[in-house]
Amino acid sequence: MTIQLLAFYFFAFFAVLGALLVITLRNPVHAVLSLVLTFFSVACIWMLMQAEFLALVLIVVYVGAVMVLFLFVVMMLDIKVAAAREGFIRHLPVGIGVALIMLAEMVTLIGLRAMQVAPPPNPAAMHGESNVAWIGTALYTQYLLPFEVAAMILTVGIVAAVALTLRHRVGVRHQNASQQVAAVARDRVRLVSMPAERGDPGAQP
Amino acid sequence: MITLAHYIVLGAVLFCIAVAGIFINRKNVIVLLMAIELMLLAVNINFIAFSRFFGDVAGQVFVFFILTVAAAESAIGLAILTLLFRNRRTINVAEFDDLRG
Repeated sequence: MTIQLLAFYFFAFFAVLGALLVITLRNPVHAVLSLVLTFFSVACIWMLMQAEFLALVLIVVYVGAVMVLFLFVVMMLDIKVAAAREGFIRHLPVGIGVALIMLAEMVTLIGLRAMQVAPPPNPAAMHGESNVAWIGTALYTQYLLPFEVAAMILTVGIVAAVALTLRHRVGVRHQNASQQVAAVARDRVRLVSMPAERGDPGAQP
Repeated sequence: MITLAHYIVLGAVLFCIAVAGIFINRKNVIVLLMAIELMLLAVNINFIAFSRFFGDVAGQVFVFFILTVAAAESAIGLAILTLLFRNRRTINVAEFDDLRG
């Protein structure tokens, strides 16, 4: 058993353990944290496959941004755990049964013996370039249009997320910056011309 | 030696765990969203494994796009979730029955 195989089993064990904890833990915050464990272990497995760029993207984007977003939302919402756990035991046999049958079908379909092929030499290293250069070349030449579309999707996503959660509350005092900038002296001060008043007659020379 | 079968079986195991999670946690939207993330992760493992073993860059580029779309999806999903919670004070799926489906 080589060191790589040992490392694979180590990471795979923690990935599966984290996934099992995600679906069974009572506290949603703990579930999110175990999902982070799963993502991290899977990123290590991607490293074993010499997909360094995607492994780092998984950690930076997923663990760093998406999971923190999950954590924010979970902590912000007041989740009643008891109500959310309702039906857990009742659906447990069905869930496990379906999952096991699916797993057996998939493994049969894969055909374990047929798939026991040795990894070929790293295709990126054969061309004398890194994994990042390999993906980057494909991304900026052959897949340029999908890449731009992905940027578009992210923009639409952020606009949709902001538009969904934006709300206009009534009865709240707030600044209106454009109104403040547009204000001119004419609106604030009214200059009136009126005849000068004659003062006290006795004081006149 | 790690063969292709190792990676694919790992992907299958993670996918089945996610499916089981959807079955047993059908009341809790947050766990449902997390199970969807797990499924996408399992699919990504398969993509990268095939890309590595067939020496084709398309698999890894596809994983890049899946990650992008999944990030947008979870952002919008969580926005909808906070909106639902703000209006209904609950995230129990059983109570979201306005459409009478």
